Order: sequence, then C-alpha cells, then structure tokens
Amino acid sequence: MKIHEYQAKAILAKYGVPVPRGEVAYSVEEAVSVAKQLGGSVVVKAQIHAGGRGKGGGVKVAKSPEEAEKFAKQIMGMTLVTHQTGPEGRVVLRLLVEETLPIERELYLGITLDRARGKNVFMASSEGGMDIEEVAAKTPERLLKETLEPGAGLMAWQARKLAFGIGVPAASVNGAVAAMMALVKAYDDIDASLAEINPFILTTDGKVLALDAKINLDDNALYRHKDLIELRDLNEEDPLEVEASHFGLNYIKLDGNVACMVNGAGLAMATMDIIKYAGGMPANFLDVGGGATAEQVKNAFRILLSDTGVKAVLINIFGGILRCDTLASGVVAAARDLNIKIPIVIRMEGTNVELGRQILQESGFNFTVAEGMKDAAEKVVSLAR
Amino acid sequence: MSILVNKNTRLLVQGFTGKEATFHSTQSIAYGTNVVGGVVPGKGGQMHMGLPVFNTVAEAAKATGANASVIFVPPPFAADAIMEAADAGVALVVCITEGIPASDMIRAWEFLQGKPTRLIGPNCPGIITPGECKIGIMPGHIHKPGNVGVVSRSGTLTYEAVGQLTKLGIGQSSCIGIGGDPIIGTTHIDAVRLFNEDPDTHIIVMIGEIGGDAEEQAAAYIKKNVKKPVIGFIAGQTAPPGRRMGHAGAIVSGGSGKASDKIAAMQDAGIKVCETPAEMGEKVKSCL
Repeated sequence: MKIHEYQAKAILAKYGVPVPRGEVAYSVEEAVSVAKQLGGSVVVKAQIHAGGRGKGGGVKVAKSPEEAEKFAKQIMGMTLVTHQTGPEGRVVLRLLVEETLPIERELYLGITLDRARGKNVFMASSEGGMDIEEVAAKTPERLLKETLEPGAGLMAWQARKLAFGIGVPAASVNGAVAAMMALVKAYDDIDASLAEINPFILTTDGKVLALDAKINLDDNALYRHKDLIELRDLNEEDPLEVEASHFGLNYIKLDGNVACMVNGAGLAMATMDIIKYAGGMPANFLDVGGGATAEQVKNAFRILLSDTGVKAVLINIFGGILRCDTLASGVVAAARDLNIKIPIVIRMEGTNVELGRQILQESGFNFTVAEGMKDAAEKVVSLAR
Repeated sequence: MSILVNKNTRLLVQGFTGKEATFHSTQSIAYGTNVVGGVVPGKGGQMHMGLPVFNTVAEAAKATGANASVIFVPPPFAADAIMEAADAGVALVVCITEGIPASDMIRAWEFLQGKPTRLIGPNCPGIITPGECKIGIMPGHIHKPGNVGVVSRSGTLTYEAVGQLTKLGIGQSSCIGIGGDPIIGTTHIDAVRLFNEDPDTHIIVMIGEIGGDAEEQAAAYIKKNVKKPVIGFIAGQTAPPGRRMGHAGAIVSGGSGKASDKIAAMQDAGIKVCETPAEMGEKVKSCL
C-alpha cells in the first residue's frame, strides 16, 4: 500500500527523523492559513502517489502567503501528469505546505528488501534529488549499501560508514546517524516494503532533514497495523480496482480492449502476453484465484464489463481440481444476470471439461469455446476487432 | 528418479484439521502419498482422517519418522510453522500459505541458514513426483511419470506447462512450484541444480515471471554448469511497471525485474525461450 508524502513524514517525525515544519491542506484556504502560520517563504507540494511531481508543475516555492495562495489555487484540483502517473494523470486533492530551508547539499537514503539475500538493505548516496535508479545504473559507486541483519537493524557503525561515505561533514554525522537509525526503526515497526528520503538534505547551518519521503507498506502485514490501514487514499486508486479488491479479486486496469479472466497470477500474466502476441491489447490483469467460484466469476464479469473499452472477453481457467461444469454454469448464470452482449471466448481445462463445453454451447449465449491458449488468444483478438 | 520427493517420503501436514488441509491431504493420499499424520496445537492425541494429530512438529516427527511437512496454516502463523518444522529436523518443508508478511519471512529465512532443512515456498503450489508423491495443491491427474523437470514461480502456469507436456505424451521427473513471494526457500537456481544432478531428468523447463533477478541468476548458473536442454518462459511481458501483478514478488520496480532482461539473460545462456506460453510443450518435444 502506498501512502502520501505528508503521511510518511508524520510517521518518520514520530520516530525522530527531522522533517520540515508544515501541514497538509485539503483546500486553498487551509493552505493559505498554514502558509501564514509558518511565515516567510513556503513550498506548496501536490500530494499524489507518484514521483516526478516537481517536473509536472506540482511543487512551487512561494515567497509570501499571497503567492502561496496563487500556487495553491493552481495546484489544487489540477490533473498532474508525471512519468509515474501515465498520460491520464492524477487529480490533486491534498497539498502539503512546508517551510523552505537553506539547502547545502542533497543526499539520498532508502531501505528496501534485497530479495536474493532475504534481508533488508539500507542504501545511501551523495546524489540526492535525482532518480536513484539512474544513479544505480550510471554511477553505482555512488550508491552505498549496508545489509540489515535480522534482529540487529542498522548498527551505529554502519550508519557512520554510510554518513561519512556520502560526504556528510563530521559536525553533522551524529545527526545523520540518528536520522538513519530512526528511519530503520520506523521501517521495521510499520512493516514497510520501501522507505525513501530523497532528498535527505544538509542545510547551510549543518542540520539534516527529510525534505521528501516515500513509504510503501507491506500489504501482507497490514492486518497487524489497523492504524496504518486508515492512511489508504482511495482517490489514488482506480475505482474498479478498489471494487475488485472488495471481492478478493486481483484486478489491474490496462488500456487495451481484450479483457481476460484467469485463475492464478502467473497464468493471468501469460494470458495478457499471448493476447498481445496474437495482435490484441489486454484490457486488464485479473486473477480470480484458485477456486473460481460462480460468485467470483459473476463479480469478475461485472468489473470487467464496467470498462467500456472492452470489446471481447477471454476466460482462461486451468482448473485441474476445479470442475469445468461448475465453472461453465457460473459463466452462463453471470451472462444471463448481467445480460452480456459482447463475445466471450472460453478456454478451460479440468475435470468434466466435455460437460462444461456442452453447457456453454447449449446456453444460447455468444460463447466461443477454444482449444488451448493460442487458439483462445487468436479467437478473442479477432472477435474484438 | 526424481528430486526431493518420492515413494519413500513420509509427510506431515501442519494445520491438518483445517478445511484446505483436509481437502488437499485427501487428494494427496488418493494420489499415493504417504501422509503419516498432522500437527495442530491443542488437538494432540486426536485422530483426523484416520491419522494421528500431534501438538508439536517435534513430537510428530519423532513418533512418525516424517521426513517432509506441508504447511497450510494461516499467514500470521506460517513463518512460525516453518521454523518449528526446521527445528524438528524435518528435511523438506513445503509452505503453501499465501500472504506471509515479508518481515516474518526474513526471520524464518535467517533461522533456516545453516540448517539442513530445505524450504519450498511460501505462496506456492508444492512439489510432485508423478506416480509417487504429491505434496501441495496441484491436480495430480494432469501429470505423467517421465524425464522432464519443471520449475516455476506460478501455480496454474505450471499446470499449463505440465498439461501441454502430458498431452504430447511427455512425462515429468518432478515438478516444483517455488512460489511467487519475494523471499522463498528454494529458488530457480536451486531447483535447476537439483534437476541437473538428477540422472533421470533429461530436459528442464524453467518458468519465470517479472520481479527480482532469480531467473538471471539461474541463467548464469545454467550457462556455466548445465548441459541438459533447458526450455524457458517468462510471464509478464505486458505487465505495466510499478504494479504488483497478483504475486507479492511479481513487480517491475526501478527498471529491474523486467521480462525483457530475463529473456535476454536466458537466451544468452542457451536456454530456448518460448515466445508464448502455448508453445512450452512443443518446444520440449523438439528437444527429444
């Protein structure tokens, strides 16, 4: 689960990572009032779950509350397009208004899972404020790493090694070390899957602060963090994806016109791939789970068909233990209840596959039964044209 | 022959009396797997499906001589169950559970270091040696004894590959689903190594997906060490970056974990990579 910058900063501040003074605003008026309280120049930052906000015009520095009002009006409600939002962009509904600070240097701090080692890794770089993937690719020697041993976290010597390594001046090292260790504590306590401070700044008067913050939470651990679940912002998610999640369906909306409904994540990805290979474009990823019950199938259909760009549907179920006659009956019932008009291609494998086919063929609906994935993909792509 | 499991495997079921565990244990027993008992804390001394239930894995392993266990316990308790089985000295632990917090798995992974226990999963379908032993949730009847080793991160995509092979009359030595989580006990490279060392595995099918670099690691190993033909497929070529595609580990982030990089590494290692999932069986056939 992703959270906003201001939420991430609130968490970090609680653990002792220094952050700029500031507050979230849900309206232009609130933004102006925060700017007045802070006094002097402020920065107005769009709060959306995507990076690249500055380049897209979502971050502005104002010299006065009047100017802050002007920028808040510009940014609030705007559709912000960045390299991470896709061309449709995101509507800005929340602003973070913060004090500005005299920046001496921009650094980078981050923690994520090192999958190969089965441990978390702390990363630090002298190249803050940049795309860290680019730093890793072009100047890997400027991205320092320390493995976090389970149970030990980040030890002081590791933090010092990193701080000196990225060029923090001796006088500010203690502050940087404290901030790094606080970041690790926060990461562990909230079951984060990613935490980044980019940039982590050094001010002209030797202070260190998190000027930006990004935290992703491990969805699998949310059950033990009831307070963090409340940070979810549904405005940042596709409404269809939100609805699908209520039914335990794993749905991701894409731009194509061939919808697919598949059991299992790997097979679902492979189905998208073969639709593309057959000359079509997948409209979604949808994993109905191992069981694919009649109720799941019906809910899945409803969600798929809410996407008005969908011209045909491919159902690809490798049942195995699942009975194909049960699946077919579920598909027919859903088609009847939802009055489905668009062509549906079904490829299924499992017990009672012949009986399943018979049910589909005798249903009177526009079903096409396919043999194998290649045949299914070719049929659905030609029907979508 | 086969890898890891065969007719001598003596299986315990952790979370034995649960609905899923009961269903899949019934299927495993029907397939011929030697299930010797189960573990459910607090239900020790009872019988379930005619088999003894124990309070702890240590007790169960001692009483039954089990050398493998399969875990069907809910996510909050699954990492604990893995460690309990390893502590009891169970040689092979297969964890089916999906949704274990990454931080729990970091602890379990650390606990397993230096111990002889091999973990498969979590978030996996399990392992099968056709005709001998089925541990997990895969449909037994689609398999056929033979000489192709199959390893995959996904469940149903493995069934797809196996289904294609069996339809072509090509049998499998063992099929192993290693799981879709970011931290897993047995990786592609481990499974490939085992298949490479198994004299009765003649061809290896390696199915990967976006996220991480386990396929690249395995490809490097194959290039150096494996003479047997390897057929590959990578799912997720059309997956958008930054989105988690169902599996917790299936995500392209920060330019890493892309399908195209994996395919390139595999091709470089001499692996015959299928362009579509529909041709996995035919590609194997062409190597016979």
